[in-house]
Amino acid sequence: MEYVNPEGLRLDGRRFSEMRQIVAEIGVVSKADGSALFEMGNTKVIAAVYGPREIQNKSQQKIDRALVLCEYSMAHFSTGDRRRQKNDRRSTELSLVIRQTMEACILTELMPHSQIDIFLQVLQADGGTRSACINAATLALADAGIPMRDLAVSCSAGYLNSTPLLDLNYVEDSAGGADVTVGILPKLDKVTLLQMDAKLPMETFETVFALASEGCKAIAERIREVLLENTKQLEYRRGAA
Amino acid sequence: MVMRKLQLRLNQTQKVRFERAMERLQSPGNSVIVTESIPVNHEDAFLKGHGTSEVGGELLATVCGVVDRVDKLVYVRTLRARYKPEVHDIVVSRVIEVAQSHWRVELNFSQDGVLKLSSMNISDAVQKRRTSVDELNMRNIFVEDDVVCAEVGSFQRDGSLQLQARSHKYGKLDKGQLLKVDPYLVKRSNNHFHYIESLGIDLILGRNGFIWVGEHVQVRDPMAVDDEMISSYTYNTRKGQSHTPFETRQSILRIGNAIRVLSNLGFTVTLEVIMETVNLSNTKNIDIHDMLGSEFHVLIAENEAKRRSA
Repeated sequence: MEYVNPEGLRLDGRRFSEMRQIVAEIGVVSKADGSALFEMGNTKVIAAVYGPREIQNKSQQKIDRALVLCEYSMAHFSTGDRRRQKNDRRSTELSLVIRQTMEACILTELMPHSQIDIFLQVLQADGGTRSACINAATLALADAGIPMRDLAVSCSAGYLNSTPLLDLNYVEDSAGGADVTVGILPKLDKVTLLQMDAKLPMETFETVFALASEGCKAIAERIREVLLENTKQLEYRRGAA
Repeated sequence: MVMRKLQLRLNQTQKVRFERAMERLQSPGNSVIVTESIPVNHEDAFLKGHGTSEVGGELLATVCGVVDRVDKLVYVRTLRARYKPEVHDIVVSRVIEVAQSHWRVELNFSQDGVLKLSSMNISDAVQKRRTSVDELNMRNIFVEDDVVCAEVGSFQRDGSLQLQARSHKYGKLDKGQLLKVDPYLVKRSNNHFHYIESLGIDLILGRNGFIWVGEHVQVRDPMAVDDEMISSYTYNTRKGQSHTPFETRQSILRIGNAIRVLSNLGFTVTLEVIMETVNLSNTKNIDIHDMLGSEFHVLIAENEAKRRSA
């Protein structure tokens, strides 16, 4: 199948280094300490953060830092075919990956004897749910006022028809080519997540990786704008201290 | 513009009015977001406080909030975050467990608070060692789900938070409503207990963002209360005569809704602002249940804009 036509356009009309439209909104779950909605094209994820709060399972308590828990789930209606089971192996793996990525950027040692719960729900899945979840979780954590080293952002890139492609959608994702998901801490310039299925030659991998990192930086810029706007609004409304 | 927490349905005119009011509230602020660098004068010594970290000679914010400077100390105050207790803060909390000689209470902090039996004033004996009998009778004082007003006492070595209620103004709260707002909306002041005389309402603005609105109770000095009064009081409660009048209940709801509107809009919650909101709803003849509608939200936003520019 042809994923990039001779004019250099992809199936959904994007160029190779073009991202899908990003919509980010903060404060969508009223009862949560922090929450966010993150959309990348047709992928739509909602994140809710609770905590830092009292540890629910005392045996898991950490003396010197906070416990970070993450639950990823896909809504039954999120895919083309209705999903039946909820806790499959894929969700468990993704929960773990996201938990590790977020734990790396949260300053957990500032909140000992407490736990932070991150709940992620995929409302629409169209490729790149992993990245969308990490971005949504970052926004929600920032909204909850949890201290972080940096904003963890993530973006995926792939390699199809001998072209590196940024931000794969579902069709491109299931084409069988390589799919590289990169999570970075943009300010500290560090990689926190790197996953790839399929194989790529070293040189190609480097270009794909660079493309994904560029994508992450663009997302980070957008996330910063949203956060700044939100913080300013809160400050204006509260008025002078 | 999206409104936090509440998705109001505004019609075109309301939307324009609301946006205009919000524009008037804008002021040059000093808010920062995560990883934004905070400008500091590196020649002068500075101390990095909460919400900051130093990376590569640059001072970065680790939370979203407002930069504050006190002398050399530079710190970031978070806006939307859980409550950070300070000693002698007055808090309103909910009992979640009756445990061995202490109660565990929820107060929107990263851990549950601990209210020890020994840091409580029990009416009959002011200064007394608590015996095992007192421990067995703890359920007569507070049970699960009771709303309790207390003061932040101290932090233990393990970071847990101790509360105390050593005065007759603290203790169990009943006949009223508990409202939860974001803690940054409640400012520290000299007085967190308010008695609204005209309505017969007690208002407690807990620093943890828990606000109590309830029927006024006479704070009785235990020394002045004689036996007769105690017996008549218990008699009344047993007979259920201390029943809240309809008008008082309406006032509780009206004040409660005023606080809800203010918290939805993200305005600071103080006694003056609450009373202004209540009075506005009265003068405009707005029903209690209509106070949570979009029209009243827009009115309050406009009122706040007017108040701040005045």
